[in-house]
Amino acid sequence: MHPVLILVVQRIALGLLLLVAASVLIFAGTMILPGDVAQSILGQSATPEALANLRAELGLNEPPVTRYFNWLFGVVQGDLGTALTNGQDIATSMGRRLSNTLFLAFWAAAVAVPLAIFLGLLAVLYRDQWPDKLISGVTLASISIPEFLIGYVLMYFVAVQLGWFSTVAMINDSMTLLEKLSAIALPVAVLTLVVLAHMMRMTRAAILNVMQSAYIETAELKGLSAFKVIFRHAFPNAIAPIVNVVMINLAYLVVGVVVIEVVFVYPGMGQYLVDHVSKRDVPVVQACGLVFAAVYIGLNMVADIVSILANPRLRHPK
Amino acid sequence: MRGIPISALIGLAFTAAYFLAAIFAPLIAPYGLSEIVGDVWEPSSSRHLLGTDSIGRDLLTRMIYGGRTTIFIATMATLLSFVTGSVLGFLAAVLGGWMDQVMSRLIDLLMSIPTLIFALVVLSVMPVTIPVLIAVMGLLDSTRVYRLARAVAVDINVMDFVEAARLRGEGRGWVIFREILPNALSPLVAEMGLRFIFAVLFVSTLSFLGLGVQPPAADWGGIVKENKDGIVYGIPAALVPAFAIATLAISVNLVADWVLNRTTSLKGGRGG
Amino acid sequence: MADPLLKVTDLKIEATAYPPGEPPQDITIVEGVSFALEKGRVLGLIGESGAGKSTIGLSAMAYGRGGVRITGGQVQVNGRDILKLGTSGLRRLRGAEVTYVAQSAAAAFNPARKIMEQVTEATLAHGRASKREAETRAVALFDKLGLPDPETFGNRYPHQVSGGQLQRAMTALALCPEPELVIFDEPTTALDVTTQIDVLAAIKDAIRDTGVAALYITHDLAVVAQVSDDIMVLQNGHRVEYGATDQIINAPREDYTRALVSVRSIVHEEKQPGDDPVLQASHVTARYKGTKFDVLHDINVALDAGQTLAVVGESGSGKSTLARVITGLLPPSKGQITFAGRRLSSDLAGRSREDLRELQMIYQMADVAMNPRQTVGTIIGRPLEFYFGHRGAEKQRRVIELLDKIEMGAGYIDRYPAELSGGQKQRVCIARALAAEPRLIICDEVTSALDPLVADGILKLLLNLQKAENVAYLFITHDLATVRAIADSIAVMYQGRVVRYGTKSQVLAPPYDDYTDLLLSSVPEMKLGWLEEVIAHRKMESAGH
Repeated sequence: MHPVLILVVQRIALGLLLLVAASVLIFAGTMILPGDVAQSILGQSATPEALANLRAELGLNEPPVTRYFNWLFGVVQGDLGTALTNGQDIATSMGRRLSNTLFLAFWAAAVAVPLAIFLGLLAVLYRDQWPDKLISGVTLASISIPEFLIGYVLMYFVAVQLGWFSTVAMINDSMTLLEKLSAIALPVAVLTLVVLAHMMRMTRAAILNVMQSAYIETAELKGLSAFKVIFRHAFPNAIAPIVNVVMINLAYLVVGVVVIEVVFVYPGMGQYLVDHVSKRDVPVVQACGLVFAAVYIGLNMVADIVSILANPRLRHPK
Repeated sequence: MRGIPISALIGLAFTAAYFLAAIFAPLIAPYGLSEIVGDVWEPSSSRHLLGTDSIGRDLLTRMIYGGRTTIFIATMATLLSFVTGSVLGFLAAVLGGWMDQVMSRLIDLLMSIPTLIFALVVLSVMPVTIPVLIAVMGLLDSTRVYRLARAVAVDINVMDFVEAARLRGEGRGWVIFREILPNALSPLVAEMGLRFIFAVLFVSTLSFLGLGVQPPAADWGGIVKENKDGIVYGIPAALVPAFAIATLAISVNLVADWVLNRTTSLKGGRGG
Repeated sequence: MADPLLKVTDLKIEATAYPPGEPPQDITIVEGVSFALEKGRVLGLIGESGAGKSTIGLSAMAYGRGGVRITGGQVQVNGRDILKLGTSGLRRLRGAEVTYVAQSAAAAFNPARKIMEQVTEATLAHGRASKREAETRAVALFDKLGLPDPETFGNRYPHQVSGGQLQRAMTALALCPEPELVIFDEPTTALDVTTQIDVLAAIKDAIRDTGVAALYITHDLAVVAQVSDDIMVLQNGHRVEYGATDQIINAPREDYTRALVSVRSIVHEEKQPGDDPVLQASHVTARYKGTKFDVLHDINVALDAGQTLAVVGESGSGKSTLARVITGLLPPSKGQITFAGRRLSSDLAGRSREDLRELQMIYQMADVAMNPRQTVGTIIGRPLEFYFGHRGAEKQRRVIELLDKIEMGAGYIDRYPAELSGGQKQRVCIARALAAEPRLIICDEVTSALDPLVADGILKLLLNLQKAENVAYLFITHDLATVRAIADSIAVMYQGRVVRYGTKSQVLAPPYDDYTDLLLSSVPEMKLGWLEEVIAHRKMESAGH
């Protein structure tokens, strides 16, 4: 088998292993509470009989390992269990919300990624001049500002003062794509701002790193045009680091979604998770945590696989 | 004070002001924390500099007390993450071998789940009190400190001067405290600034989501949450704490940047 | 008279320095340098680090590396001032009329593209040949430069060929557009000595056969003497001396040039071996953890008190591994080390403080061998405190004594390593080793990171200290000139084995084994025509076999 293929398979296996380990962690994370789920549902004043009944109903009398495997096998078969608070099937309630979240994240990425790469390139071209300095200043500010501040500032000035968009981002199936896009315009703008500066700065660093290589000097001393130097020599070596930057920031975006959904009352996974954390609805929290972790681990895995595929030393072994 | 860049001076001044306000909150605050002193969302006036909040409490008072809570939690969480992370990271680097492997793989696993998500999972079953918040935030964040401390220490550990100390017969204590630590300090101190900012943002986010500091206690994230409904009516009270969070974070960042620059230049000599 | 190919007049080059904690300042790197180069001639630019030789070389392409600016003078190529050319004019010059061979071909080749593509790229971009012609030319060059399978060599990626091969491919890259001038920037410095000679011969042949003019930049006068017609000696960005190669080598006018020519001419009387070795390695075999092959095979060497054993070999020969075994950092799998009459524990942890004190080590990179956060006083004082319990005034007095011994003086006691020059750093490391009053010091390539004249100073100091303190040296080096200068006995290592061992006069006298012969004959000599002699000799020998 080609060594690159072996590496990719290994990386995928590692990703799966990590996911299983993360599921253990998430499951164990909900076991460390004083008392148990039954107690936290019924409250301190519950009668012992009621507690015992609920425990039996929830399968809490089984040993933790058995419960974990029951849960895991359910998850593998698409059964995420039922919510404690309303008894609904979690997979069903989550499906719609997950697609809403992905819809929001997709459009945020669609705006942020090309913009960030373009601005990153701009910063490299104008290195140490004002566009570059502006970018590093904005980056410093943006890692210091909480997501919800950007959300409320935009909401206050754009939605309330100017009246351009709605302060809440409600979407439903009866809306056309355009209506949906208009509804999520503000959250998309906020998410873009949240990841943009980071992505710009990291893209800039990645390209600069490549541009400072000796082979770029060789290309320049060959008398090649700037376009050829960048396109033929810098670009093939910059793909992997840039893809890495993008993936890391998309993973970051997935988490940013949680807060932004709450700000704009958007019916997605983030809201769902936060709601059920306050209600202490453990099965829902576990399921959401697992889905978020899976997305996060998956994105990181894609980044690594792209790095492997883009490495000429691995693609063309000795 | 000569040679401190203007940006660092501004950062230093703001940071100091916020910390002093936090320490002396009861002396500075014009009203009581939970005292209802006016109408709902009064605009700024001479009696209420920042106006009043969603149930008529003085917003400046709540901001001062809220800052105290936010800064206290963030400081404690930073200290916890720092002590845990750097001690474990240094140990892993110096011990090496399977101990290092086990610790590093565990940290990899912890970092494979986004911090916020993991915190939410844990907080869904824990009583949300300030010590629990500090512990959860500090321990989750110590993974980052661990990675940095280990990487820095591993780099230094393979330097010839550390080998020279080993060949001289120096003990592990001398190697860690006299050879490695002085050289690891500057990146770690700068990282401390970043970790503090992260802790401020983190606790604010949790409180904003209603899963952090619980009422009637106040912190900045919580104040945003209490007043967020005003935004829709054009009342900017929720922006005040958010603005405070941002300025505190930027100030600390400016200071951390300066510390990093200053200490790295020290490493390169004292200017001949 | 027609214009010379390259004419540089009163060149001035500046750069911006960023000293930490201070405002940036402009510094002059090169000033008042003038020279001319006729078609088909080779000019050698020689100097130590910081002499500005690479900067001057690149000015022939009007190129400044990393913030370096040409701020004065003229650089004329075929009569036109290239400093006045615009971007497109420069583009037509670079890679066509003037080309460049970098020191590290490994870094100068793009890892993502095939060698052929990169070698022919400039030729095609400037329209100097069709694709087919360019590739035919490249294959012919690969052949001329002695590359294996010239027909298919270009289909490989840079990481798939060796360093010596890549350096030759870089030469092919520079010659492919049939330029009028090639700048060779230390093209053999990164190579092992036995590889260097082949690449050097290949470059020389290629220059001769194509009739191209060349600027040959190096710090090694013996190397440049083999390839150039004229030599310009540079120091701190100024011209020291400029003349025909013969004159520079055989009748230098300036003191600085004379010092460069006579470098490593230390006379050292060889001591006779006694019968009381301070160090003896018997049947030492070792391998690194987790690997499957031995890096040292059955090593047997001994070293007498107050003498120097030079362990010489190329990279990968196992000479540094031997040092790690002796210091206890790498326990051997077989064999033992006897030191001062007692058998040393194979593991560092099992050695007594006395063992550690009497066996000291000096490193190649003095920069990283000292803690940057400690002052010179602390660095030298620590062994005094650690081994002898000296403190306060007593320690201070001993530190100053040691600083005097290394010819630096008490004024340096509060300095940090970053405030010292390369030679001073290495001296402080020597003082730190001496402070322990050792019987043996292992010197691991201690002069190879230093400029030749500075290195000479260090070697002289080491020899004087040996006389005064009766300390033995185990001297690890790849540089035979250093070996000749200081050794009493020599061990030649090749692929983890000692292939030749004895007193200096024995080892350096014929008959030689094959490897020692190759190694000895590959060391450039400060003599015109040396390269041709060696190559002719080797051809005869291989024909005779």
